[in-house]
Amino acid sequence: MEKVGLNLEATELRLGLPGSADEHDEKLSSCSYSSSSSSSVVIRSNKRSSPEESIDDEEELKSNKRTMISHHNDDQDKNVPPSKAQVVVGWPPIRSYRKNNGVQQQQQEQKKKGEEVYVKVSMAGAPYLRKIDLNFYNTYQQLLLALENMFNCTFGEYSEREGYNGSEFAPTYEDKDGDWMLVGDVPWNMFISSCKRLRIVKESEAKGLGCL
Amino acid sequence: MNYFPDEVIEHIFEYVGSHRDRNALSLVCRSWYRIERCTREKVFIGNCYSITPERLIQRFPSLKSLTLKGKPHFADFSLVPHGWGGFVYPWIEALAKGKVALEELRLKRMVVSDESLELLSRAFPNFKSLVLVSCEEFTTDGLAAIAANCKWLRELDLQENEVDDHKGQWLSCFPDSCTSLVSLNFACLKGEINTGVLERLVARSPNLKSLRLNRSVPLDALQRILARAPQLVDLGVGSLVHDPAMETFAKLMTTMNKCKSITSLSGFLEVTPRCLTAMYPILPKLTSLNLSYAAGIPGSDLIKLIRHCKKLQRLWIMDSIGDKGLGVVANTCKELQELRVFPSDNIGQHAAVTEKGLVAISMGCPKLHSLLYFCHQMTNAALITVAKNCPNFIRFRLAILDATKPDPDTNQPLDEGFGAIVQSCRRLRRLSLSGQLTDKVFLYIGMYAEQLEMLSIAFAGESDKGMLYVLNGCKKLRKLEIRDCPFGNTALLTDVGKYETMRSLWMSSCEVTVGACKVLAMKMPRLNVEIFNENEPADCEPDDVQKVEKMYLYRTLAGKRKDAPEYVWTL
Repeated sequence: MEKVGLNLEATELRLGLPGSADEHDEKLSSCSYSSSSSSSVVIRSNKRSSPEESIDDEEELKSNKRTMISHHNDDQDKNVPPSKAQVVVGWPPIRSYRKNNGVQQQQQEQKKKGEEVYVKVSMAGAPYLRKIDLNFYNTYQQLLLALENMFNCTFGEYSEREGYNGSEFAPTYEDKDGDWMLVGDVPWNMFISSCKRLRIVKESEAKGLGCL
Repeated sequence: MNYFPDEVIEHIFEYVGSHRDRNALSLVCRSWYRIERCTREKVFIGNCYSITPERLIQRFPSLKSLTLKGKPHFADFSLVPHGWGGFVYPWIEALAKGKVALEELRLKRMVVSDESLELLSRAFPNFKSLVLVSCEEFTTDGLAAIAANCKWLRELDLQENEVDDHKGQWLSCFPDSCTSLVSLNFACLKGEINTGVLERLVARSPNLKSLRLNRSVPLDALQRILARAPQLVDLGVGSLVHDPAMETFAKLMTTMNKCKSITSLSGFLEVTPRCLTAMYPILPKLTSLNLSYAAGIPGSDLIKLIRHCKKLQRLWIMDSIGDKGLGVVANTCKELQELRVFPSDNIGQHAAVTEKGLVAISMGCPKLHSLLYFCHQMTNAALITVAKNCPNFIRFRLAILDATKPDPDTNQPLDEGFGAIVQSCRRLRRLSLSGQLTDKVFLYIGMYAEQLEMLSIAFAGESDKGMLYVLNGCKKLRKLEIRDCPFGNTALLTDVGKYETMRSLWMSSCEVTVGACKVLAMKMPRLNVEIFNENEPADCEPDDVQKVEKMYLYRTLAGKRKDAPEYVWTL
């Protein structure tokens, strides 16, 4: 008896990291933290792995991003050009001051400070809620992209005057005071420290939320 | 000219400022040498180990301004181990002993201790200007000494230094009587400063033209400071984060409107997109804009901002602006001369820059002469187009993030592209290569790059021929730095005399052996040939056939230096 067409994979109970199946990878790749701009490519799912593994990831991140310690010398053939996956000292040629104090470092420090901050995300009409780790992201851009993918929706262009104009949906969040706020008004750090949960609302609902 | 009295010649020489011209004058004849050396006030020393301070002081008794550079350029990229050298203290000590009337000191990639700053501050009563770029080892204690003791200080300019913050209030050390400040840049300091003290300092500095703040100065303090210094020409914003009190933000915009003289803007060490709008009043007059530290500003906001900057001549920006954004730059900034595009880590795939952005720039900005471009890919076709559109390049530095990536369209190396650049840009003085490259590109460089003074090569070439093309062809070559290339002993030893015409040569992870370096050192006594041996114990003599991990050689009149660390062997 053939099992063709039953799509048993979809209902299969498996132990494994979320996003390890191929179809998941496609969805997740757009919100994955791919850093091909530095000399290593680290594609990750949007979930942290188990505690032991996440420590290794941190170490890898540290060594990839900050000190860029090369594995070179004795064993390796020195003239093998670096592929994307290798870590090379001093490439790309960015002054160490800029590396240590610029964009990347700021975000590294933010990341180090926070542990995982999982918040619930709800959407009108969805049968169940989701959860995401706010500390995984560094900017609104990243977060919104992830939400768009997770819920298969689009947010419009953010502007201070009109919120997310030109789209069906808008992201909102409940802050420490229990008020529902539009995502994007305050600096990122302020946002993640005050956000209790997220809610994706229809644009018509969102227009009423305070911008000024 | 022989019949002119010395005073007349001296007077004429006063109009000759540049180092190169002055150097040329001194070679004409003995009397010109004598007159020139007695009247020279500014000296530039590109390698602090090329000469002793005593000899400098002896030759130039009227010395007032000294520029010194220490570590090799690749130290910027963590290729030079800690403790290599470049200590400024012996220089300051010698200048003090020699009773030089020092007024200005500019240092790059040197080790500057607090002790040396303290000595500097006390030994030269007329000291006016201190500029430190990419230096290390000093703390805010050293700055406190400068502030407290240099009565006539005009300029304190700290650029991208690693400074330890000790809690003492160095800014408070400027006495009330200090009113001479023209330029103050402390953007690289990490610690808190007392904004009240800063405001008072600004208030009593009517000549202040350039002020660059660090991250600890918030928006409201910025507004108050600017209100007291509407004459500023160069501003470095510290922190520009949305203030919940809307009033302060509105005040800032009003104040910015009154700053009619600002033509240079930088900083944004912490900034939110909304707050960038406060800068809009001054954008139309800007000639220099540095947003390369402004983390997290989306490309769309950068684009909106750039549209207002029609007079821009210098732009430093992150690649989050994207190819599309560079197109906007090309359409808006017709006066652009210098562009630097830095890689951000944190971007969606679509926001990076590629060859398309560069081509757009070349089409829209014909005055472009200096470029530093980090990108994900480059094509030969693009480089050929760029070469055609911008024949005026003086500095062309391309850093493809994947160092050996070929042309993605043709899968060919980028030899032809760079060849077009050197062939078209006859005035090219500085070039940095990247991408997949064979020996051919060096053939082109040797053939066409007649004015080339500095060349940086990484992961390129196929054989010794490559390096030889360059050494034979580039007559004006001064600095050559090579890493991870298959150049070996033949290339190193074929023309040893060449190295005395150059300032320095760096080779790391190449095919050069210890034995060859020894031969070179023996043949050329006026070169210091240093090899770095980080892995072996200090007293272990390396085998002649062993490959050298890192070699740095430079011409010198000072002989072997005495301050080298254990891992440096001067052969």
